[in-house]
Amino acid sequence: MDSGERRLEEAGDDILVRIRGLTFSRGDQRVFDGVDMDIPSGKVTAVMGPSGTGKTTLLKLIGGQLRPEAGRVEVAGQDVHALSKGDLYRLRTRMGMLFQSGALLTDLNVFDNVAYPLREHTRLPESMIHKLVLIKLEAVGLRGARDLMPNELSGGMARRVALARAIALDPMMIMYDEPFTGQDPISMGVLVKLIRQLNDASRLTSIVVSHDVVDTTSIADYLYVIAGGQVMARGTPSEIRATSSEWVSQFMEGLPDGPVHFHYPAPELERDLMGVG
Amino acid sequence: MLNALARLGRLGLYAIARLGRGHLLLFAMIEGLPSLAARPRLLVAQVYNVGVLSVLIVVVSGLFVGMVLGLQGHYVLSQFGAAESLGVMVAASLVRELGPVVTALLVAGRAGSALAAEIGLMKATEQLSGLEMMAVDPIKRILTPRFFGGLIAMPILAAMFSAVGALGGYFVGVGLLGVDDGAFWSQMQSKIDLREDIVNGVIKSLVFGWVVTWIALFEGYDANPTSEGVSQATTRAVVHAALAVLCLDFVLTALMFGD
Repeated sequence: MDSGERRLEEAGDDILVRIRGLTFSRGDQRVFDGVDMDIPSGKVTAVMGPSGTGKTTLLKLIGGQLRPEAGRVEVAGQDVHALSKGDLYRLRTRMGMLFQSGALLTDLNVFDNVAYPLREHTRLPESMIHKLVLIKLEAVGLRGARDLMPNELSGGMARRVALARAIALDPMMIMYDEPFTGQDPISMGVLVKLIRQLNDASRLTSIVVSHDVVDTTSIADYLYVIAGGQVMARGTPSEIRATSSEWVSQFMEGLPDGPVHFHYPAPELERDLMGVG
Repeated sequence: MLNALARLGRLGLYAIARLGRGHLLLFAMIEGLPSLAARPRLLVAQVYNVGVLSVLIVVVSGLFVGMVLGLQGHYVLSQFGAAESLGVMVAASLVRELGPVVTALLVAGRAGSALAAEIGLMKATEQLSGLEMMAVDPIKRILTPRFFGGLIAMPILAAMFSAVGALGGYFVGVGLLGVDDGAFWSQMQSKIDLREDIVNGVIKSLVFGWVVTWIALFEGYDANPTSEGVSQATTRAVVHAALAVLCLDFVLTALMFGD
């Protein structure tokens, strides 16, 4: 048991997602290099890091859409990558995922998009599906938009519909892939509130992947900061802010210069301008 | 020299890898047939998308191809005093060759490009990933109905092409050029053989339907999930499908009609 897991368990938290020694490469680039993580049950856990550090890849590894080179990902005690296709699909009915683009089916209207998982995985009568969909849409404030097509929705509305669809089957956990990217302040506020409310009201486990420091830390109970294939920091938001790591401080404060330099490596400016060498 | 060899080797490996992925997708689509049987509405929708929406272009093309056959056929046949055989010439050309081949090329251009773009865009906008995460197999749910929809639609479209083409030949041959009405139809009826001509034509269009929809769906599914990747996949779908149809037509014709 590592120190992070021990601390979470001492705090009385069950671990829903346990990642051990996760190693994954894309081409020649090592995305994760022996990463250990624990996602506590019933909490909002944020995974933060600069763009291109593999945050979305992490969600796809947890959801079994990608296979790691080494290591294990356990969700609710099941090794995701050792499951048969049928068992993996059964596990996925208990996981929701909110994609960055919303990933709504463009040939279905809002109502049918939210009804889709219910029609696929349950034998409920249409009258019951109708009620359930309206309840889910009401939860995200879009009951009145049920007849709109995805191309008639704003980016924020599309994500809220996708969120209603993700909670349609009352999953045990939801993974949010960059939920705040490209949102106006009002949509951002709505999404932040919704993620927190849904987590608390439905006793869900939420994993939020984002590089938006302010809004993510405002709703997260626990944070991971990842970069360069490693976990750079873990802890509650206040613990992360109090870290002594210069790199983590630069990321959390959004400083333009620090251990991560403003300038991409280049020869001296004078030499470049004068054409010497 | 070594670089050129290395490049050639890489190209070969790339082509073999794509061929392998294409066949894996094909097997996965066929594996989805039982689940498609449980949801026949999905199949009907795709027969409509691939078939019904291509009817207009197929019928109009068939009419003009038939009319051109009428003109050209009459010109050649009348030089040998055999203008009355125009009906059989038009019908044989259509049923054996032009019906299946031109229909397949038209479907590759209209429905094939649409399928590749649709699937490529679904990939680029994470709709396929979204389905996977909703525990819905995107191959069985999205690709299998489209594949079998194309397979069913192609012979029907080819039959329509040939039928309308025969009418086009009739309008030109009988209506404009004065070929005898009775001779046109009776020769066509007596010389066109069900097994030799029509069944072989249907087999050809089934093979073309298989190949055109398979290539289009694979190109879309294998596309880079970017706007450039989708546009390249769409182009490749049409070009590869057209080439495959023409190559296969030669092979099938040699097998069916070669002595």
